[in-house]
Amino acid sequence: MNFSVLQFPGSNCDQDCVHVLKNVLGHNARLLWHKDTSLGDTDAVIVPGGFSYGDYLRTGAIARYSNIMAAVKQFADRGGLVLGICNGFQILCEAGLLPGALIRNKGISFRCEFVWLRTGNPDTPFTCKAPEGTLLRIPIAHGEGCYFADAETLKQMEENGQILWRYCDRHGNTTPESNPNGSLLNIAGICNAQKNVAGLMPHPERASEKILSGHDGRILLESMVQFLENRKRS
Amino acid sequence: MTKDPAITPELVAQHGITPEEYENILKILGREPNYTELGIFSVMWSEHCSYKNTKPLLKQFPTRSKKILVGAGEENAGIIDIGDNLAIAFKMESHNHPSAVEPFQGAATGVGGIIRDIFTMGARPICAMNSLRFGNLSSPEVQRLFRGVVGGIAHYGNCFGIPTIAGEVCFDDSYEGNPLVNAFCLGVLRHEQIARGAAKGIGNPVFYVGPATGRDGLAGAAFASQDLTEASAEQQRGAVQVGDPFMEKLVMEACLELLAAKDAVAGIQDMGAAGLTCSTCETAARAGTGIEIELSKVPQRATGMTPYEIMLSESQERMLIIVNKGHEAEVQRIFDKWDLPWSEIGVVTDTGRMVVKNHGQVVANIPAAKIANDSPVYHRDSKEPAYMQGVRAYRVNSLSDTTSPAKDLEMLLQTPTIASKNWVYRQYDHMVRDGSVVCPGSDAAVVRIKGDSLPMLPDGAAESVPAGIEKFIALSVDGNGVYVYLDPYEGSKTVVAECARNLACSGATPLGSTDNLNFGNPHNPELFFQLKESVRGLAEACAAFNAPVTGGNVSLYNQNPMGAIDPTPTLALVGLIEKKEHITTQWFKDEGDVIILLGDAVDSADPNLGLGGSAYLMAKHDVKNGLPPRCDLKKEKAVQDLTLECIRSGWIKSAHDCSEGGLAVCLAESCFSKNVALNTPVFKGAKIDLSGVKSSRLDALLFGETQSRVVVSTSADHAEQVLAKAQASSVPATVIGKVTGCCKAATLDITTATASTLSWSIPALHSLWWNALAEIMD
Repeated sequence: MNFSVLQFPGSNCDQDCVHVLKNVLGHNARLLWHKDTSLGDTDAVIVPGGFSYGDYLRTGAIARYSNIMAAVKQFADRGGLVLGICNGFQILCEAGLLPGALIRNKGISFRCEFVWLRTGNPDTPFTCKAPEGTLLRIPIAHGEGCYFADAETLKQMEENGQILWRYCDRHGNTTPESNPNGSLLNIAGICNAQKNVAGLMPHPERASEKILSGHDGRILLESMVQFLENRKRS
Repeated sequence: MTKDPAITPELVAQHGITPEEYENILKILGREPNYTELGIFSVMWSEHCSYKNTKPLLKQFPTRSKKILVGAGEENAGIIDIGDNLAIAFKMESHNHPSAVEPFQGAATGVGGIIRDIFTMGARPICAMNSLRFGNLSSPEVQRLFRGVVGGIAHYGNCFGIPTIAGEVCFDDSYEGNPLVNAFCLGVLRHEQIARGAAKGIGNPVFYVGPATGRDGLAGAAFASQDLTEASAEQQRGAVQVGDPFMEKLVMEACLELLAAKDAVAGIQDMGAAGLTCSTCETAARAGTGIEIELSKVPQRATGMTPYEIMLSESQERMLIIVNKGHEAEVQRIFDKWDLPWSEIGVVTDTGRMVVKNHGQVVANIPAAKIANDSPVYHRDSKEPAYMQGVRAYRVNSLSDTTSPAKDLEMLLQTPTIASKNWVYRQYDHMVRDGSVVCPGSDAAVVRIKGDSLPMLPDGAAESVPAGIEKFIALSVDGNGVYVYLDPYEGSKTVVAECARNLACSGATPLGSTDNLNFGNPHNPELFFQLKESVRGLAEACAAFNAPVTGGNVSLYNQNPMGAIDPTPTLALVGLIEKKEHITTQWFKDEGDVIILLGDAVDSADPNLGLGGSAYLMAKHDVKNGLPPRCDLKKEKAVQDLTLECIRSGWIKSAHDCSEGGLAVCLAESCFSKNVALNTPVFKGAKIDLSGVKSSRLDALLFGETQSRVVVSTSADHAEQVLAKAQASSVPATVIGKVTGCCKAATLDITTATASTLSWSIPALHSLWWNALAEIMD
C-alpha cells in the first residue's frame, strides 16, 4: 500500500509513522510537505501527531488552512482513508472532517502513558481486525485530548457506530478512573459518518513493536491495510 | 539612540569585572573599552562562559579514550564513537538561576539551550534527561517552583518532539530558593557528519538564522555568575529568556538540512549564553581568524536597540552559520522553505579581531582569541569547612535502633526524594521518536538508535551505516548533595559509582559522562574546598569506570540569603548495551525466581554502618550528619563487572541497585515498579530471609546505604552459576530469598535475626509510593 504521511512545521511523529508503516509493516510510506498541493498516488493519508504551527492560536487551528489539507479534503470526499493521530485528530476536527473538538485535559497537565482502549464498531476500515470489545494497550501523549461534542452529535455518533475507541480499565469497563483526560463518554477516537476518516488521541505508531513495550497499535494499522487490500480486490 | 554611559569604576564593578580584570582589558585593547566592549568582556569573562574559577580543577578529569571523536572543551558538546560509523553527542547544562526567578521559562530555555548544543554538532537530538533539586516540598513556594520547572521542561521537550526519558528529582532544605535544574540532551550522527563551531575561510559570509533579537535575556550569563538574592531575583527577571520550542524545532530541521547540503557550511554555532557575542568571538578564536559583523543587518524585534543590547541579548533559538562562499543561495532556499528569518550579517576576516559595526560605525574592536581564550584564571583559596570536624566525630550509635521497621519503610517510600516520580515523568512525552525501550521508572533508561534516528544525508550520498542497524544506549543521571556535603571527596566518588551501577544493572558498559558542578560562591574558601575535593573524587571515579568526561557545565554562586546549597555535582553517564537480549530492568519477573544480593549487606568497617547521610537518618531523625558510606572503587567495579557478566550470560532476570533507602526500599521497588498502563501496576511478592546476615543494628540492615550492592533475581536453574561466578570474582553473593505470588495478595516478607518477620502488603506499599507526590501537588 502507499501511505502518505503529512508533514507540517512542528509535526514530530511524522517519522515514527513512516518508520512503522515502512520498516515494521513493509508498506510504502512517504512524507508530504504542507505546502504541497497534491497527494499523488496515495491509498491512505496519515495526519501525524506533534505541535503543528506550535499549537499557536489553538491546536490544529492553523494547519487546517494549509495547502495539503485542501487535497486531503478532496481525497476524503472521494472516499479515501484518512487517519489522524493526536495532533492529527485535532487537525481533522478543526478542518471539519470529524465532528467535535479536543480541549484541554481535565487535569490540566500533559499526560504521557499507556492506556487501555476498548474497540467499538468493528465494521470500519480502522477496526476490521478487532472484534467488538477488543482491548488495546496504546500510549497517549497530549495536553489537549479531552473530547467534546454536543449531546445531539454524541447521540448520532453512538447510533451510527462512529465511536471507535473508548478509554477503559484493564477489564474493558469504561470507568471515570480509566479516562485520562476527561473526554465525554470516555471517547479516545471516532470516525466520520461515512467511516473513511478517523481520528484518535492515542499513538498506535508508538505501540507497533514488541521492543517498545507493546504492539497493539499494529491491529489498527493492519486493519487499514486489510480494508484497502479487500477494496482493491473487489 | 541614547548615548552610552561613561566608563566609571562603578560601572565596571556593576559588570562584575574586578579592578585587576579591568587592568587586563586595558592591556588587551591598548585603550579604554567603550560601553559595548565592557559588556562583551563582562559576559565572556563570567564564570558561565570562561570557567575562570574552575579551569585548573577541571584539568583533573579524564577526557580521553579511543572512542572519543570530539573531546571536552573542543566544541559545544563531546562526541563518542559507538561503532558502525555511528556516533553520539551529549552534554548536560544548568539553568539554575533563571529557574529560581521564573521556573517555567527558566527550565524550558534550559532544555532549549542544551538541545541547540547537540544539533550544533550536526547530530539529531534523540532523547533528553534532567536532574532537578528543590527545597522542602511541604512549602507552597517550593511546590510552585517544582510545578513550574516540570511544566517548563514538559512544554519545551514535548513540543520540540524529544522524549524526556530519564531523570532524578531530590528535595532538601538546602535548595530552598535556589533550585537546581540540570538538563541533558543526546543526539546521534554519522562520523562524517560532525560539524564544527569554527569561522573558517577568509571571506566566507556569516549568516544569522532564527528569530529576531529582542531585549530578553540581557546578559543572562553574567546573571548566572552572581549570588542569588531577593533583590536580584526581582531586578533580573528581564535576564530570563523566553523560549519557543516550535521555533527551535524548525531551526533544527533547517540546520540539519543545510548541513546535509554538500560543502555549504564552514562552521556553525548556537547563540546560547552571551548570544551573538560568544558565538562570533568563539568561532573566530577556534579558527584563528577574525570576524566582522554589521548590527543593522541583525533581525531585531524591538525598536531602538543599542549595540550593547544586541550583542548581549540572549533571545532564544538563534544560530550563527559560516557559509562557504558561493553557497549563499542554499541558506536562502532552505530557511525560506521553513519560513525562518535569515540574514547575512558579516564576513570572516584575517585580522584575528572581532569587529562589530552599527550602520558602518565601529562599536567594538577586540582581539577574538584573547577574549575567548585568555580569560582570567583564578586559583582560589580553600579551607576545610568547620562543620567537617563534627561530621567526622558523629556516630550513629548516639541514636537508638529502630523499633518500628514496618512503619519506617512506609515512611521512606513516601519521602518525596524516594517516592515514585510518575507525577513528573507522566507530564513529559517520553515515547516520541519510537526509541524508548526502557521508560522512566527503572535504574537506567534505554533508548534505541535506528537508521531513521540519524540526520539526513546529502542528496545522492551513499548510506555509510549498515542497513537495518539498531543500537541500544543506556542513560542515567545521579547526584547526592548530602553525601557530598558531608564528605566532598568520598561523596563525589559515590555519585559516579551509583550512576555507573545503574548502567550496569541495565546491561550497559559506560562510554562516557558529562557533569554539572552546582556549587556555592568560589570566593568563600570553605565552599571552594567542597568544589575542589568534589572534582578530585569525580575525576578519580570517572577514570575507574572508564567513563571519560566529554563536557559539562559549572554553576557557581548557588546560594540564597540563608547560605549555600549542599554542594551538588550531578553526573550523567551514557553506556552501550551490546545486544538487545542484555537489556535488563529492575522489577522481579517470575514467581519462584531466586533473589541474590551481590556485595556486602552491611559494611562493618563503616562506623555508621551505612547510615551516615542516609535518607533514613534524615527522614526519621532529622539528622544530616556523619560520614556517608564509603565507596571502594575497586570493589564497586568488581560488583558492576559481575552484574554485567551475569546479564550477558543470560542468567539475570532483574537487577536493581541499592541506594537511597537501602535494601528494604530496593526490594520493595523490585516488587512493584513495573507499570503496564494507567492504573495497571504489576505486582510480585518476595520472601526474604536475612537472619544469616550479621548486623548490630536492624535499621542499618534494612535502610543503611552501604555501597557496592545490587539485588538480582535469577531463575532457580541459574542461581548456582551466579554464585559460582561471584566467588570466582571475589564478590560476596548471598541468596536472600525468592520471588513469590503476584497480584493483589503479594507481600514483601523479611525475616531478620533480631526482629520477628516483617510483612508488608505490596499493593499498599505501592499506593503510598506511587501517589506520594500527587497527593502533595494535586
